[in-house]
Amino acid sequence: MQAGGTDLIRQLRRAERRSKVRAFALTLPLLTFLLVFFLVPLASLLVRAVENPEVADALPATGRALSGWDRVTAPPDAAYAALLQDLAAIGETERAGALARRLNSEMPGSRSLVMSTYRALPLDHPAGPQQARAALVEHDARWADPAYWHAIEKNSSRWTPDYLLTAIDLRRTADGSIERVPDENAAFSSILLRTFGISALVTAIALLLGYPLAYWLSTLNERRANLMLILVLLPFWTSVLVRIAAWIVLLQNNGLINRLLQFLGLTDTPLPLLFNRTGVIIAMVHILLPFMILPLYSVMKSVPPNYLRAAVSLGSAPLAAFFRVYLPQTYPGVAAGGLLVFITCIGYYVTPALLGGAGDQMLSYYVAQYTNVEVNWGMACALGGVLLSATLILYTLYRKASKAELSLG
Amino acid sequence: MQLKPTLLALAALATLPALAQNLTVVNFGGANGAAQKRAYFEAYEKSGAGKITQVEYNGEQAKIKAMVEAKKISWDLVEVESPDVNRGCDEGLFEKIDWTKVGNKADFQPAAVHECGVGVFIWSTVMAYNGDKLKDAPTTWADFWDAKKYPGKRGLRKGARYNLEFALMADGVKSADVYKVLATKEGSDRAFRKMTELKPLIQWWEAGAQPPQFLVAGDVAMTTAFSGRIDAAQREGKNLKITWTGGIYDLDYWAIPKGGPNKEAALKFIALASTPDAQAEYARNISYGPTNNKALAQLDAKTLALLPTSPANSKDALQFNIHFWADQGEALEKRFAAWAAQ
Repeated sequence: MQAGGTDLIRQLRRAERRSKVRAFALTLPLLTFLLVFFLVPLASLLVRAVENPEVADALPATGRALSGWDRVTAPPDAAYAALLQDLAAIGETERAGALARRLNSEMPGSRSLVMSTYRALPLDHPAGPQQARAALVEHDARWADPAYWHAIEKNSSRWTPDYLLTAIDLRRTADGSIERVPDENAAFSSILLRTFGISALVTAIALLLGYPLAYWLSTLNERRANLMLILVLLPFWTSVLVRIAAWIVLLQNNGLINRLLQFLGLTDTPLPLLFNRTGVIIAMVHILLPFMILPLYSVMKSVPPNYLRAAVSLGSAPLAAFFRVYLPQTYPGVAAGGLLVFITCIGYYVTPALLGGAGDQMLSYYVAQYTNVEVNWGMACALGGVLLSATLILYTLYRKASKAELSLG
Repeated sequence: MQLKPTLLALAALATLPALAQNLTVVNFGGANGAAQKRAYFEAYEKSGAGKITQVEYNGEQAKIKAMVEAKKISWDLVEVESPDVNRGCDEGLFEKIDWTKVGNKADFQPAAVHECGVGVFIWSTVMAYNGDKLKDAPTTWADFWDAKKYPGKRGLRKGARYNLEFALMADGVKSADVYKVLATKEGSDRAFRKMTELKPLIQWWEAGAQPPQFLVAGDVAMTTAFSGRIDAAQREGKNLKITWTGGIYDLDYWAIPKGGPNKEAALKFIALASTPDAQAEYARNISYGPTNNKALAQLDAKTLALLPTSPANSKDALQFNIHFWADQGEALEKRFAAWAAQ
């Protein structure tokens, strides 16, 4: 019997293992999908934010020649000779273009300096490092300026913290310390704050508007509730651009809302509702309201109405009963809806771009600008990375603060 | 035997794509895209060279960069703005143009001849206002900045480009000196200070269709606008007016993404679209200036008067300096973002 028993155990184990493998195989498509379309792009985004191959690839000898330089006085003659040698060795124009772009985002003006020098090669000069310096400075006097050399020296390593530092308004100085950029160039920290500020405000307004509506929906009978839910979802199925255009029609100076306000005598001059923060908030709340209402509704549906009645019949005032008995039971819905709206908000791009002014743009607008207009993908990825980590930090804080058993997967 | 004609037709269909050179041409759409369709695409298709698929984009160079990097080019020919043709050329995104196949360089506007691009048309960013609402025509950028004389909001394009130039001209800098001044630290400080003066009055626009809407709705007293958009509104019967003084003109270019399969056909298309006939037809459809000077001879005085390139309109105009913006653009746009946040 002993032998038969182990046999049985083995068989059981094998069967268990087989069902585990089958279960894993069933989730395999999803896991592959997540890996290919989510984790890999995310990882490559983060890598691009610190990757810095352009200068290291194109100017290896110059980087070596500059390694002992004090970054303040004139760079050594050897660096000039190395630069000429490196530039001559660049085979394809695109590598020179990439080098020029990278140096230019560090030191404005480098683009024309590098490209014009590259195109003028070979510079006619007698052999020797000193002569190389003379020839370069004669070609363009800017080569005498240590600032351009500092840009080369700073970027001659393959990895750089500079994109990330810039994304939080910091920079590395010539002596290697880190300082805040001057106020006139400090843009991103206030943009990040603005992004979170707008998102928080939109979430709060959506909650204030969505909560009573979800409550009302949960008290209706099923047929009417379904009908109303379809009405809630209707804007969901309309393109975002169409809804934005509709808001432009409604909110403009002689639009429906302003004319109504003037007709009612509430205001003499049209209120500025468009192309400013107000317009952005109104449209974003409208677009995101269903994300708030649906989780609230599903939680409220599961709250038994008897509890509230019991509280009132035991002598509680209706309002107190609502706040002390009903509201706490809907917290999971509030948390889920709030988080969903907030996190969706953070990435908003098209609504602020079309309805907001220059001071109402969220971080995604600048990610798009660096991707498409400046074609500085390292900077775009760094901004994306900062947004991602700020969101993750907020999410962790939220998980710590609320004991709600809630996970977004 | 019934099958035979069908089979023949199928065989003919199968061989067609091999003969004809179908092209995917990418432009910015809108009224401009429609004018290109009438003047260029239809002429190309009528010549029997092949069919054209028109794709619209918003100037995102990232798409071209991604295609060239992945060596999967689905866009045969792209209309790009001047800073992009320059940068794309440096970074190897575009094919070099074989000008012997396009035409005689001497016939073209000097700026239209580029190593990697052929000028499509000349457009201008100008000051515009509604003739029904503003009787006293503004004539200079100083007027645009004068909130006492001309109360009301001002429309400006979101971003540093153009606005800093306009601000300097409003501050008394001659159009010929604008880029010299702007290149210095004091000059850019001065431009941003001038922008700050106007800041409370500015209503920002993003898309070229917005300024004429602002003017028609009466939301702004004056705005900057693309000249062709104002022209399109005028054709719809709106009394919108342009002040050409201190306008900034610029070119769009045809560029061929590097490594595409239909390079030769794309060049053939460019050659056809650069003929005086086709360019004159284009200028009749939308008021942008032809790049082939010979096209001007075919246009009547009325059409000429609306073009950014006509002598009266270009007298005090400024050419957009792509080299300046290629060097300083990223830094100034970042400073603009910081300025807007203050």
